[in-house]
Amino acid sequence: MSTALAEAVTPFPAGSAEPLVRLDGIHTFYGKSHILHGVSLTVAPGEVVGLLGRNGVGKSTTLKTIMGLVRPSQGTVRINGQVTTGLPPHKMARLGIAYVPEDRRIFRALTVMENLRTGFDRAGVTDEKRQTLLDKVFKFFPVLAERRNQAGGTLSGGEQQMLAIARAMMLEPKVILLDEPTEGLMPRMVSQIHTIIDMLHAEGVAILLVEQNVPLTLAASERLYIIEKGAVRYECASRDVDANHPVIRQYLGV
Amino acid sequence: MDALSHFLHSVPLDLFIIQTVNGIVAGMILALVASGLTLIFGIMDVVNFAHGELFMLGAYIGVVIVAMTGSFWLALTASALIVALIGAGLQIATLRPLIGRDPLNTILATFGVSLILQNFALWEFGPTVRRIPEPLGTSFTLFYLQYPWYRLFIAVLSAAIIIGFWLFLKHGKFGVWIRATAQDRIMAQAMGIPVPLVYTGVFAIGAAMAAASGVLFAPLVGVSHTMGLDWVLKAFIVVVVGGMGNLAGSIAAAIFISLLESYATIWVDPSQAVIVSFVVLILTLLFRPTGLFVSTPK
Repeated sequence: MSTALAEAVTPFPAGSAEPLVRLDGIHTFYGKSHILHGVSLTVAPGEVVGLLGRNGVGKSTTLKTIMGLVRPSQGTVRINGQVTTGLPPHKMARLGIAYVPEDRRIFRALTVMENLRTGFDRAGVTDEKRQTLLDKVFKFFPVLAERRNQAGGTLSGGEQQMLAIARAMMLEPKVILLDEPTEGLMPRMVSQIHTIIDMLHAEGVAILLVEQNVPLTLAASERLYIIEKGAVRYECASRDVDANHPVIRQYLGV
Repeated sequence: MDALSHFLHSVPLDLFIIQTVNGIVAGMILALVASGLTLIFGIMDVVNFAHGELFMLGAYIGVVIVAMTGSFWLALTASALIVALIGAGLQIATLRPLIGRDPLNTILATFGVSLILQNFALWEFGPTVRRIPEPLGTSFTLFYLQYPWYRLFIAVLSAAIIIGFWLFLKHGKFGVWIRATAQDRIMAQAMGIPVPLVYTGVFAIGAAMAAASGVLFAPLVGVSHTMGLDWVLKAFIVVVVGGMGNLAGSIAAAIFISLLESYATIWVDPSQAVIVSFVVLILTLLFRPTGLFVSTPK
């Protein structure tokens, strides 16, 4: 059944444009443990794609592999058709890939403004452009404007998550790799994260969303992959499933 | 109590003031050497055993440029720039390939570089001590001493270099890159910061600071191929006492230790006063191993 469904929603029929992100048969090891066993997936420009799976199945490693933070032993990563496997992360960032890690990893001793500056201080950003970028994130996240001179480490968990996303937006990314943005947040913040994903989507930014929160992922994404034991087991349009769908229960149910 | 008060009163006030000035002057130069060392450690996790030799190399390049042009100020700036380039080359050739390896590898690499530089200096310049004349010949009267203006000038210039560097770290684009890399190298790289370039830049800046202090200090002590050894040992003590990688802590520790040593010479021979540094080092390691001036470990 799952095969039939996956075939029914093939996102890139022959002749369609090159996907923004494309992984083919990625194998990744941490030392001797084999984490990814041939992951293949695609993200189209502007598309929000969910990546679901239980803990430790390789979702975060998939994002790290795309970003160049870990090097796959086999398989290729392509961005707009260009093979980027093995490129260092700072070159991936310049290709328009932004990474918001699970533990946020904001620069704690840097102020909010300096955290943003790590993203906008790069070649080709004029003063006006920087102002436009800042105006946009401060409209998205007014609280960051209030706290612009405060050290990142003094922000609350939710504010740190906003800062991590805002910092990624400073890179004007084509795709944001968003790793468990709702982890450890209050329910009110979770719905705010959903709003942020929708706003980014409306701006035309593609998102590869790794989540444990199934209802949020189903609601926020257009397409989703289910990963188990380091490989994609299932792919479908998000509207075709709900939280009680047998496939979701099989791979994610407790 | 009486004995202690009597002991302290036996020190004449003028001697105390002279030793305070001496301590601050030595402390500022030491701070300049140590801030390069602590910067390189704090950002790259590299214990740079060649730091003293970059100091020495800076002094020798100063000797050559003064001999060629007669200008001390040209020697100071040119030496800092040349040693910055040499430092960048050394980092690319010896340390960049070792990124991510065990720290022991970088210790061996920098130690090897220090031996090569020392022996190069001996081979090129010979064992005789070279001198750079003091650029300011005048002095002022400090109680019964003719105190050279140059010594005060060194302290002021070292402070200016350190403050300039601090402002650069605080406000410059590269400064923000350096601080972001120091805090989280991987996230910095994911934000598009070219971390290998930051490492090379940091090493070059540390090398330039060592070279500048070498030239500044050369008129006082003379230039020899082993001159780096004394200073780097003290600089290491200062870096540990100030908290490894803590810039402000290193500067405070440099002044603190130099003042203590300077006061100690009121009673003991200068060569014995060095013991004070080691006492401070041992006490720090015993009771505040994260550094004397660190409020909370990060």
